[in-house]
Amino acid sequence: MTPRLPVGFVPLTDAAPLIVAVEMGFDRAEGIALDLRRANSWSVLRDMVSFGQVTAAQMLSPMPVASALGLGGAGAPLAAVAVLSLNGEVICVGNAIADRLRASGHDFGFEDMEAAGRALLAAAPEGLRVGVPFPFSMHAELLHDWMRRLRPTEPPALDIRTVPPPLMAAALAAGEIDAFCVGEPWGSMAVERGAGALLLPGVAIRPGASEKILGVRADLADRAPDQLHALIRALWHAGRWLTDPQSRVTACEMMSGRDYLDVPAEVLDRALSGELTISPRGETRKVDRFIDFGQGAPRAAEAAWIADRLAERLGREVDPARRAAKDTFRTDLYARAVAPVAGFAPLGESLPRPRSDHEFIPGPPE
Amino acid sequence: MQRRLKITIVESDPARAALIEESLSLAGQYELTTLTRMAGLTAAIAATNPDIVLIDLDNPSRDTLEELTLATAPLERPVALFVDQSDANLTRIAIEAGVSAYVVDGLRADRLKPVLDAAVTRFEMFRQMRVELAATKRALEERKVIDRAKGILMKAKGLDEGAAYALLRRAAMDQGRKVVDVAEALVSTAGLLS
Repeated sequence: MTPRLPVGFVPLTDAAPLIVAVEMGFDRAEGIALDLRRANSWSVLRDMVSFGQVTAAQMLSPMPVASALGLGGAGAPLAAVAVLSLNGEVICVGNAIADRLRASGHDFGFEDMEAAGRALLAAAPEGLRVGVPFPFSMHAELLHDWMRRLRPTEPPALDIRTVPPPLMAAALAAGEIDAFCVGEPWGSMAVERGAGALLLPGVAIRPGASEKILGVRADLADRAPDQLHALIRALWHAGRWLTDPQSRVTACEMMSGRDYLDVPAEVLDRALSGELTISPRGETRKVDRFIDFGQGAPRAAEAAWIADRLAERLGREVDPARRAAKDTFRTDLYARAVAPVAGFAPLGESLPRPRSDHEFIPGPPE
Repeated sequence: MQRRLKITIVESDPARAALIEESLSLAGQYELTTLTRMAGLTAAIAATNPDIVLIDLDNPSRDTLEELTLATAPLERPVALFVDQSDANLTRIAIEAGVSAYVVDGLRADRLKPVLDAAVTRFEMFRQMRVELAATKRALEERKVIDRAKGILMKAKGLDEGAAYALLRRAAMDQGRKVVDVAEALVSTAGLLS
């Protein structure tokens, strides 16, 4: 009898590796059967992992780091045993800001984060209220990072608050927020509903930023049972399959189903093809590497980068935070799991890596 | 005498909120507030300054409440989901029942327990009702698709209803798929051809 592994996910485009692992049978090829459980919030997934309702779950990459720093919730310590996706975020502005940006001559060029940032700050001199899905998310870090690099010496111009993605478009329409940063398909859905326009993809701010990871309890990662190795390998195959452009149409079809995202395949295709419709008038932009499913190895440098940012923002000591964070990204476990894969070769050596702690621009002098 | 505990219930459905309030008032003397609007949630909670916040586990606004656990949040006292680690069992029971509780740091377990017991019973009922409703809805939808597929087969091949269903079932068995999946494929293909 094939062991069943309950795994949690949130209905988002970057749940693709989990959905594909089941639909393409990569799980059964590794001798396990994933039992995917859909959840409506990140805190619920974290609690379900902590208290054993699911073995593993899709998580935002800063969540294990936050758990190591004792931030949010009181569950068990978490570990990232695989990276599910890099980037895939979009920044969406409400119609009022979009109109002001157009009036000022901004071209919604999708590559230049500096131009977009300066235009945005000029369009909202009083500052902006920006929604993110979770306090500990790459979305929040991207926004902070973007602003720091634009205006390193000035106080933050963004008031970042948590709004559940399904409620973002409504919050924008009601004037509770001016913009938001989310993962697909929520940006495209907001454009579809005429609620706003896409200003910038996450990849323009920090290419190669780890977006979603597979999170488990740290004690499970330490025990590293065979089933966890099998799950990591199944995800490796799924990521590889998703990286092949020929898989795209099929992948969108699989994910659009009622049990998964319940969103039209055409809308999902925008993220996977990188051809985004950025405004209700139908303007499009092509983004290279908008989302990347082919880089499964968790990197300690990425955990350290996240820890630096969280510690700095929340007034913690940086060095202990960084040490605690590095241990949550289990490069070792991942490497052991994928080593036996036939034809395995680490991808990505040629790819740009995200800026890490050695490269990022320092903040204001003390 | 101990101060009454202040409990805030976050629930957008007023009927459900009333049921939760009712079971809590049977469990003890509490000061109850219900928030039905999900917009501006953290500010509203800060204004009522509760000891305990109860929210449905499936409510996406739970993530908004995570802001309360940050030091910079509007609430002065840090809040955690079940602060007391010795209550892991209680937490597990609550999660299985579908309720999450945010509790102000330092609240004693013996004061928390009756509240949670009452909430857990109520939420368990909600969860069960929701599961049953979803199953019924699904069965109804599947019925509809199968009926439409039967209709298409009856028309295209001049079959009677029994023979049309038998054909669907045979196709499903041959392909190792569910009858409803075969029916769905047939209906959407027929839609393209018509």
